[in-house]
Amino acid sequence: MNRSTLDLWVGIFVTIGIAAILFLSLKVGNLLTVSNDQGYRLEAEFDNIGGLKLRAPVKAAGVVVGRVESIKLDPQSYQALVTMKIDRGYEFSKDTIASILTSGLLGEVYIGLDTGGDTKMLADGGKITKTQSAIVLEKLIGQFLFDKAASGGGASGASGGGAPLPAATGGGK
Amino acid sequence: MPASTVAMALRRVGHATITSVERLGFAARFSVAVLVHAPSALRRLQLTLREIYFSGVLSLVIILVSGLFVGMVLALQGYDVLTRYGANESLGVLVALSLVRELGPVVAGLLFASRAGSAITAEIGLMKTTEQLSAMEMMAVDPLARVVAPRFFGGILSMPLLAALFSTLGIFGAYLVGVRLIGIDAGSFWGNMQAAVDFRYDIVNGIIKSVVFGVAVSLIAVFEGYNARPTAEGVSTATTRTVVASSLSILALDFVLTVFMFRGLGV
Repeated sequence: MNRSTLDLWVGIFVTIGIAAILFLSLKVGNLLTVSNDQGYRLEAEFDNIGGLKLRAPVKAAGVVVGRVESIKLDPQSYQALVTMKIDRGYEFSKDTIASILTSGLLGEVYIGLDTGGDTKMLADGGKITKTQSAIVLEKLIGQFLFDKAASGGGASGASGGGAPLPAATGGGK
Repeated sequence: MPASTVAMALRRVGHATITSVERLGFAARFSVAVLVHAPSALRRLQLTLREIYFSGVLSLVIILVSGLFVGMVLALQGYDVLTRYGANESLGVLVALSLVRELGPVVAGLLFASRAGSAITAEIGLMKTTEQLSAMEMMAVDPLARVVAPRFFGGILSMPLLAALFSTLGIFGAYLVGVRLIGIDAGSFWGNMQAAVDFRYDIVNGIIKSVVFGVAVSLIAVFEGYNARPTAEGVSTATTRTVVASSLSILALDFVLTVFMFRGLGV
């Protein structure tokens, strides 16, 4: 094979190979917009994290502002200690509320941040004190059945199960 | 006589063990010798470029066509399952993650082993059979530097590029089937993919995998060729061994690498 033809083909091969790696990095992996190394950490304690996973998104007003970095059980309080890495450039006030939410019925679990009115901002390593745990469907159903049994009492057979609860808030006594 | 039968069986086990340990030791010494000749492969860049042409450029067609078809089939099958759960916008995520993390490096590695690895083994084995390697040694040309090292490093350089091309063409094939043919929204196809694929965890790990597979396949190919018995039958056995051993080591290494790379991420 002619040397210059060989050089040309190897050059074409290497160029499109590198172009493929760049395509994977930029178009598929979205390297430019999400920079993982830049950011600061926030902590929050939840009673129950439900199905939250590592690297789940942290969203404010639906915009992804960070990722969950670690999930641990606090041995003293028996609460889940979640560390989040927030992109630099986003700041949240000290009275921010962190809640664990689900996008859609079968969607991914994420942390939603609702910022408050405080003028002081959370710094690196800061702790979000106001948190709202994940809604566990089994507990909710259990609570509902318990309330229904308590309010229905002896007249449970009279009108079937479809009657609305007379006092849902006072059902548990 | 049962005692002599037992002794014979034990002798056979012992012989097999000694042979395989010897072979392992020879393979280890051979790998070190090839690595020592790395600078000479770079100094004689023209030889390495020639090998990149033979193992990389000539494998392009099979890699590109296979990637395209794997991507299109993944899109069809993935859509069929995902649509049962109403999650058909996640098709891009499914295809991109399976290609970048697993299928790209593994299938490209298997194709590379059978397309380029077997050719390298056959070529070096035939050189040994026709005593070209001995002739080089007579002329004070080290066959490890002149023949083996360029093929080894050409393979290592080609493999990651081929795997990246395989994944890219696969994603393009999935785009063709998912967006053009089935009619998934292009925005959610790319958007969900970009949200789910992480550069460090998915793409860099995929590239590391393909480099490891490239090293494994190239090393097995040059070793089997260099170690082949100098007969026609020996060359054919060595070629078969290359394909079998590199395919098995790709799959085994892939499992080990996946355990270390992706364990704990989806806890």
